[in-house]
Formats: sequence, C-alpha cells, structure tokens
Amino acid sequence: MLHKPLGLLAELTHRCPLGCPYCSNPLTLDAREDELDTATWLRVFREAAELGVLQLHLSGGEPGTRRDLVDLAAGAHAAGLYTNLITSAVGITQETLGALAETGLDHVQISIQDSEAASADRIAGYAGAFARKRALAAAVVRHNLLLTVNAVVHRANIDRIGDMVDLALALGASRIEIAHVQYYGWALKNRAALMPSRAQVERAATALAELRSRHHGRIVIDAVIPDYYARYPKPCVGGWGRRSLNVTPAGKVLPCHAAESLTGLEFWNVRQHSLADIWANSPAFNAFRGTAWMKEPCASCPRRELDFGGCRCQAFALTGDAAATDPVCQLAPDHARVAELAAVQTDAPYVYRRMASRHRADVFDGDDALSTQQRS
Amino acid sequence: MRLVHNEAQGGWVLLAPERVFKADAIAAEIIKRCTGEVTFAELVDELAKSYAAPRERILADVGTLLRGLADKRLLEL
Repeated sequence: MLHKPLGLLAELTHRCPLGCPYCSNPLTLDAREDELDTATWLRVFREAAELGVLQLHLSGGEPGTRRDLVDLAAGAHAAGLYTNLITSAVGITQETLGALAETGLDHVQISIQDSEAASADRIAGYAGAFARKRALAAAVVRHNLLLTVNAVVHRANIDRIGDMVDLALALGASRIEIAHVQYYGWALKNRAALMPSRAQVERAATALAELRSRHHGRIVIDAVIPDYYARYPKPCVGGWGRRSLNVTPAGKVLPCHAAESLTGLEFWNVRQHSLADIWANSPAFNAFRGTAWMKEPCASCPRRELDFGGCRCQAFALTGDAAATDPVCQLAPDHARVAELAAVQTDAPYVYRRMASRHRADVFDGDDALSTQQRS
Repeated sequence: MRLVHNEAQGGWVLLAPERVFKADAIAAEIIKRCTGEVTFAELVDELAKSYAAPRERILADVGTLLRGLADKRLLEL
C-alpha cells in the first residue's frame, strides 16, 4: 500500500559556518555549484503539496547561507505547506528573519549545543555561536513565530538537560527537543567521542520524566531516544518510504538522510523526475517499503508494523546488511555488538564537520561503523 | 498551529511543530471558531446553537479539546 508522505526535508545546501561533530549530513558534502536553483526548489515544493505533503522543513547545512531563502519560504507558503525553518541561527540576520516572518513562515527551530556559551561554542566549532542563537531566538519570539529549541545531547552535555530546558524556557520556546545524537554521517565518525555511558543515559531518562512533570503545560519536551541503549528500535522515519522524504542539495531524493550510505540503491533526482514519480517508482524508495523485504525475526514479529525493523542505515552500518534487523533491537542476532560498540570511548578531539573535507572520497571505510578497537 | 483541509490526506488536519493531528469534523468546527476574538463561553454558546447537544456536554467536550491543545502550547486560552 502506497502511503502519502506527510513531511519533506529540504536540504537546501550543505554549506554551514558551524562544524558540529554530530552532524547527520554525509561525510561527502554537496558542493555549492551542484545546488538546485530557486526555480527547481519552488517546483519541488509545489509537487510536494500536490503529493499530500503537509509539512516542509527548510534545512541543510545552514539554510541561512542561501541568498534566496526568503523567496523559497514564500514559495513554500504559497504552495500551502506548513513551513519550518531549521537553523543554527548563524547566517540568519534580523532583517532576513523579518522578511521570513512576512512570508508566513510557521515555525522556527534553533539548535543549541549546550546550556553555557563556552562549551556550546566548543562543540559547534564556532566562537560566538551561542550568543547569536540567543539573539535570534529573542527575535523569533518578537515576531510571534513559534519557536522550538533543538538540544543535541551526547556525552559532553548529557548531564545538563535540565539546564537546557531552563534555557529553552528563558528563550520563550514553546517546545524543546532533547535530541540524543543518532549515529550517521559525521556523528558516526565521532561516535567514540560522543557516545554517553549507559549510566548517563539512565540518569537522563529519569531527569526527563521529572522535567516533563514539572513543566507540563509550560513547554512541550520531546525526546529522541539514544537507541544504542534501547530494547526496541525506533520506527525510523516512520517507516521506509511511508511518511517522509528528503531532497539533498544536489536534488537527489532519499527515503532518509543517511540512505546514500547504503550501497546498491538507485536514487532518482528531481532534475529528471517529478516528486510523485520518485515517491511511487524510485527503486530506492521501493527497496524497503512495507514488510515483504524483512528477514526473521522481523518478518513474523508482532512489532513489525510498529517499528518496521528499526533503521536500515543503522543495520547496514553495524552489520553490513541493510535488510537485517536493526541490531539495537534486543531480538536481533547482532544485538550484543551494540553494547560493545557503545563502550568504545575516546577523549580524542572531535573531527569537526567541514566542507573541504580532509577525508578521502566516500563515507564508510568499514572501520568507523563496525570496529570495536580504540580509535587512535 | 494551522487547521487545513487536505484532500490527499483525507480530511481536516491540525498542523503543529513536528506533529500532525487528524481532526474529525467536530474538532474542526471547534478550532475554526478559535479566532482569538471569542471568549470560551461565547464559543460554547455558538456551538450549542448550531448543534443539538446539551450545553453541558458541549462545554465539557470543548474544554477537553482546548485544554489538551493549550497544554501542548498550541493554543492560548
């Protein structure tokens, strides 16, 4: 059964002034000269609305680096899409924010890297980022736009979730997302430096319950689970090719932001195909749709329509088989490996996300995902 | 928060940050009347005139719906 997508993640660019080591963009970032132009994005937005998409997320990289951002937001609104701007705040001027508000932008999400400036800027790899985020958050609220704070959580800041919630409240956010790092792209590269301990994760879960109770009605606290310590996997992207789609800066359409890491998938591009055609017929989209592709234990599991066997990209990264049960599931044959991998910790410096990558061409050299050896 | 009618998705939907709620016809009628200009009592009165349900029942249902949305910071009462 072909569902209609609800959300489209538009990665407008991979350019970004920050260098966050947990970035979910691929290690091989799309070059500026390969980016889709304004007219193409506007066509994609219209096609998305026709397909049934309700929510559009303007993201990247840093969407503020696109000079046509206001035109894109206006086009999204004209297409009838609920439009969300996902930004680091660095790259959005007060003037641009005003213009975005005028287009009918519905919501802004600003990331925070910690509750205090020094640590936050160190994690982001950008001096002054924290102050810029505070300033833009205040402007978002002044313009009566809805604000979500996205707090990316990992070993360096997991003990300050309460402080980050306090910061979100002080900034006037109606929602905070406690986004425990998910290990794809640059985050996977930096996993040993980012992964919290099980004890830290358990303390964070307790803290979260208390914070929700204390702040009920004042701020919505959503949390993305750190699934290396879970018993069952997350229903990744709401099921493959079921609820959402992702368009890269160069126009490739992906079922999820990490899908290019799966070898052997054929992706289609908006330059050659309509979005409706891609959603229905792209081989990449059909590769893991539904449940027919599943192996045991997923194939006969009563949870198969709840979590869809977890994440294909994570299954591939951790087992080499994209059709395997996501090993974070306690029922997966490879489940014991996950605890081993989570235990690998390093105090080595982050490999900051930079455009002009020092890394050779492609994503996984095999060592990052599967290795239990201490990285040097 | 935006209430829209979407053919492709089969009816009324309420759009909020990272959330989509399916709204049945009654919820849609309640939310449409939340213009920022009416009081809670006026809203209930208007619905009581249009629908053949006892006022107390409407009061309770509207209260539950709007309180739930307010708790999610999607609406201000």
